[in-house]
Amino acid sequence: MDGASTLCAGVKIMIETITTLFSGKSGIVLLIILGILAFATLIVSVVFRTKTSQELKDRVYSWWIIIGAFILGAMLNTTVAMFFFALISYLALKEYFTLIPTRRTDRRIIFYAYLSIVFQYWFAGAQWYGMFIIWIPVYLFLLLPFRQVLIGETQGFLENTSRVQWGLMMFVFGLSHLAYMMTLPAVAGHDVGGKELVLYLVVLTELNDVLQYLWGKTLGRHKIVPKVSPNKTVEGFVGAFITLSALAVAFSFLTPFTTLQALAAGMLISGAGFVGDVVISMVKRDIGVKDSGHLLPGHGGILDRVDSLTYTAPLFFHFTYYLYY
Amino acid sequence: MLKWLFFALIVRPTVLLIFGVHVRGREHLSTDKPCIIVANHNSHLDTLVLMSLFPLRKIHRIRPVAAADYFMKNRLIAWFSTHFIGIIPLSRKVERSHSHPLEPLRQALEAGDSIILFPEGSRGEAEQMSKFKSGVAHLAKMTPTVPVIPIYLGGAGKVLPKGEALLVPFIIDVHILEAMMIAKEDIQAFTERLEEVIKKAGERDV
Repeated sequence: MDGASTLCAGVKIMIETITTLFSGKSGIVLLIILGILAFATLIVSVVFRTKTSQELKDRVYSWWIIIGAFILGAMLNTTVAMFFFALISYLALKEYFTLIPTRRTDRRIIFYAYLSIVFQYWFAGAQWYGMFIIWIPVYLFLLLPFRQVLIGETQGFLENTSRVQWGLMMFVFGLSHLAYMMTLPAVAGHDVGGKELVLYLVVLTELNDVLQYLWGKTLGRHKIVPKVSPNKTVEGFVGAFITLSALAVAFSFLTPFTTLQALAAGMLISGAGFVGDVVISMVKRDIGVKDSGHLLPGHGGILDRVDSLTYTAPLFFHFTYYLYY
Repeated sequence: MLKWLFFALIVRPTVLLIFGVHVRGREHLSTDKPCIIVANHNSHLDTLVLMSLFPLRKIHRIRPVAAADYFMKNRLIAWFSTHFIGIIPLSRKVERSHSHPLEPLRQALEAGDSIILFPEGSRGEAEQMSKFKSGVAHLAKMTPTVPVIPIYLGGAGKVLPKGEALLVPFIIDVHILEAMMIAKEDIQAFTERLEEVIKKAGERDV
């Protein structure tokens, strides 16, 4: 009797969660995304099953995991989202620290770098804007060299401290803007707030990557940054830039933006996403690896997936924050 | 039971989730037949990482070989090593005794256990390999039907190097190589071949 009623309540909560998740404006977008993904899966694994390379199939299948994790992690509730984005920062930072050359004497500051994630996301969750915005660029920036002084290894001080600080700025400070954005309240006169803005940003950033790939595959002739990323083309960039600006307007019901603002946001996300992507390529070229890791089959590591977000998240956040908060 | 709980609740979540392990060549590792796992050694974590490659229900069957002078040093460490890890203690010094020093290892393999051996004999400097000792080859001669599986480990020495107590997470690389059998070759040749295979895997990695 007792067990049955608990089970019943559990099922009821689950159904309620699912209906809230897929209702409202963000729910519609999530359903559209899942629909597109189902369509893509159908194409690669049924219609063009023999023609599609295994890498592309893996890529599509991994998207299910990425989108599933994002929906459960970021869209359910704000507290869960803080932990989810902190975990993403942690995984990205760990992948980065595994890639870069490190010495035994750097282990301490790397440990502090990991530890700083907890504080950064706590400030985001507590909506402590002042601390959130200076914690890494000021306090950690001043603390890490001091810790290096205590260790006393003078050789390679500048290189190693810079490497660690750069990783913190990209994967903790940059990405944590997603978490802070999550906590933003609804703008007066609109029924959309932080959650919708995060969804808007993440969907457009990832679509920009996909569009660059698709436009590049179909029309790509002229390499845009041949030394850094030989697969990126002018046609891919321009195609994605135009398509994404249109999509930014189409999805602007998730934001308080006017049409003109949405257009600007689209251009900002497309341009910044491209730069973030090639900056991480730059790191990989510097170290001499093709993929940053092996977490997601067909995608490489987590850095390969969040690379564009390291640029779009802070830029889009401050764009919105300046206009509406 | 203690060993099972220790691995289920502490070791596996830490190694697989907090650090993360990137495994290549998993098909070379058979988990249902006894084998001799041989790896380079940089960190106490090496043993735990290698044991995490096996499914939990097999964990009681995996026996790392560890230096008696270190892991049997006092009663607390000895109790931990035997009950939580399940080591087979091996003396690093040459002793005069009536039985062959590798006899307990042979017995464990015969009983169906797999064993883990670090032929460098010590953790040494982080991320550097020292010369292999010949124990594995001697053991392989004693048990010619048991496959020797060489594994290259990278990065564990960064997470927890010798002489440090602070764990700093990095992704650990595990490269499982093709099983080796001792043929007609002598002890020296097999030891060199083994060292070469693991060293090569490490160089390809960088």
